[in-house]
Amino acid sequence: MLRRLFKDFQGDVLAIPGRLIALIFLVLLFLIPLFTQQPYILRTLIYANMFVIFAVSWDFISGYTGQINFGHALFFGVAAYTTALLNTHLGWQPWATIPIGALGAVIAGVLMCLPALRLRGPYLSLVTLAFPLILLGIIFSFTDFTGGELGISGLDRISESKTVDFYISALVMIVSVFIMWKLTDARSSLVRTGLIFHAIREDEIAARASGINTIRYKLLAFAVGAFFAGIAGGFYAHFMRIAGPSTLELALSFQAIIWTVFGGIVSIYGPFVGVYLLYPLMEFLRVVPEVRYIIFAGIVILILLFMPEGIAVWIRDKIERQCPRCKLSNVAWRHTCRACSASLYGD
Amino acid sequence: MIEGILISTLVKGGVYALLALGFSLIFGVARMLNLAHTAFYMLAAYGVYTFAKLLGLSPIVSIILSLVITTLIGLVTYKLLIDRIREHHVTVLLITLALAMVFQESMLLAFGGHYLSAPSFVAGYYEVIGVKVSYQHLLTFGTVLVVLVGVWVLLAKTKLGIAIRATAQDTEIANLMGIDVSRILLIVMGIATGLAAVAGVVVAPTLILEPHMWMPPFVMIMAIIVLGGLGSIKGSVIGAFILALVEVLVVFLLPAGAFLKGAFALLVMVIVLVVRPEGLFGVSFEEERL
Repeated sequence: MLRRLFKDFQGDVLAIPGRLIALIFLVLLFLIPLFTQQPYILRTLIYANMFVIFAVSWDFISGYTGQINFGHALFFGVAAYTTALLNTHLGWQPWATIPIGALGAVIAGVLMCLPALRLRGPYLSLVTLAFPLILLGIIFSFTDFTGGELGISGLDRISESKTVDFYISALVMIVSVFIMWKLTDARSSLVRTGLIFHAIREDEIAARASGINTIRYKLLAFAVGAFFAGIAGGFYAHFMRIAGPSTLELALSFQAIIWTVFGGIVSIYGPFVGVYLLYPLMEFLRVVPEVRYIIFAGIVILILLFMPEGIAVWIRDKIERQCPRCKLSNVAWRHTCRACSASLYGD
Repeated sequence: MIEGILISTLVKGGVYALLALGFSLIFGVARMLNLAHTAFYMLAAYGVYTFAKLLGLSPIVSIILSLVITTLIGLVTYKLLIDRIREHHVTVLLITLALAMVFQESMLLAFGGHYLSAPSFVAGYYEVIGVKVSYQHLLTFGTVLVVLVGVWVLLAKTKLGIAIRATAQDTEIANLMGIDVSRILLIVMGIATGLAAVAGVVVAPTLILEPHMWMPPFVMIMAIIVLGGLGSIKGSVIGAFILALVEVLVVFLLPAGAFLKGAFALLVMVIVLVVRPEGLFGVSFEEERL
């Protein structure tokens, strides 16, 4: 049994450099609190973990169904505000408020779908842009309830120490990302959704012609994506101990797009890499506050000019190669496939 | 009051129409959502401020300089950054977003975050049906009309216009028919940036200039374009006036809720879309190509 598990691990993780790197990275991530207890570094990493969930859930909705969502902050913000209201007004504990906040985000996602799913492509993008901004208008008109510009502050802490906070955020991040990765895995034998999402993205009309209820699956993608964005929003509100209008702003929606496209869209690990490269970079650039946005935008433009598919996808293509016969991933420096020994590079 | 609403709507709607037209044109032809579109409008407005107020040039000279420079910036960025990755739509989207960020931050660096105002080109006002209309507003509306008619003539009557429309319909077939697609795209980018620059130049004196001024009209033109139907020029223009009317109505009837004007306009867009998913003048076969 153990030996079999180890064999699977060897074949599915160790033999694929991308996954090996991910594993090493996660192990290092968990070891970080042993080396440094500096609150600033831990806080940056906690937020990075939350933004990983946020960006990956954007990729889940937009990358996999091809519906570029310009209003992803809606889910984040709805969850943050729901969590904050429940926690400060009713005094509920974080373990209750965060899931309810995420469910609130799901409801927001389904409501957004009502007009949005009748549209396709850029229309959908432009319409989704509207929802967080409308909600922002509502929030500013009921200032005594929502706190207006200042937001709702004074939420409960999740735990007393930053280290525990960090481990919670990392675990939540890994579980969420893993679930979304499995749901979008086209070769999974457990769930069909991955295959169907790929089909919808490649050719929606053909998918519908094959008997797939594309509307239902797009709705599902929106609901699941909204749920995880909501989880991120709820945790973020509790970690920050404040839910303010910045959780709904256009800038946050765009941030998700920047992280994901920079890392590589339609890949799940793309947004992961994107957040972990760009979020600490942005924090680091605080040493030059005046020009930090220019430097940031300049780096993004330059990288994308040379790696238009995103940095993670570019690296993956350098170190991995798919076997042309059995579609198994191989280390790029092998000449023949490790499973079927077909030539990887043709003749 | 009704006259006031009417005139504000016409002026505001005209500016929105110019912006939406350029955005719609570049989307229709290059299939590119140019998020930096209104950033060019901001650049042009700052250009007028620089030339007319800081350097003390005459209004005409500063208008022309500002137009030319903004259009050139648009062309150069297109050629250097966007042209080579044209096939990756989402990446293009992101690059235009990063560009908008660069423009915003450069203006912040160069002029600081405080509010500025450009000098009026023409002083004084004119009285129509009991409402004082400043010459500046008349000039704005007149320019908008002339430019809109000009663009329509260009697209409908000239050979270049036919080439542009052919490229918009089907890039590959247009290429097979001997149209130089990348040249057309460059020209369209020039026209689109030019339109944004015209809008920026004519409203510069009536607006407060600050580095984030590209955001509100950006959201608005997105709404206008969806409302009017993507790629439909008539739709963009009519949508612009409808949403401008909504904004102006909110400001006039609900002065305390003036900050809600954007939210109301977006709400109108959502309601229209629920009733008519393809927008007011959208063509539904368009979506098959995307």
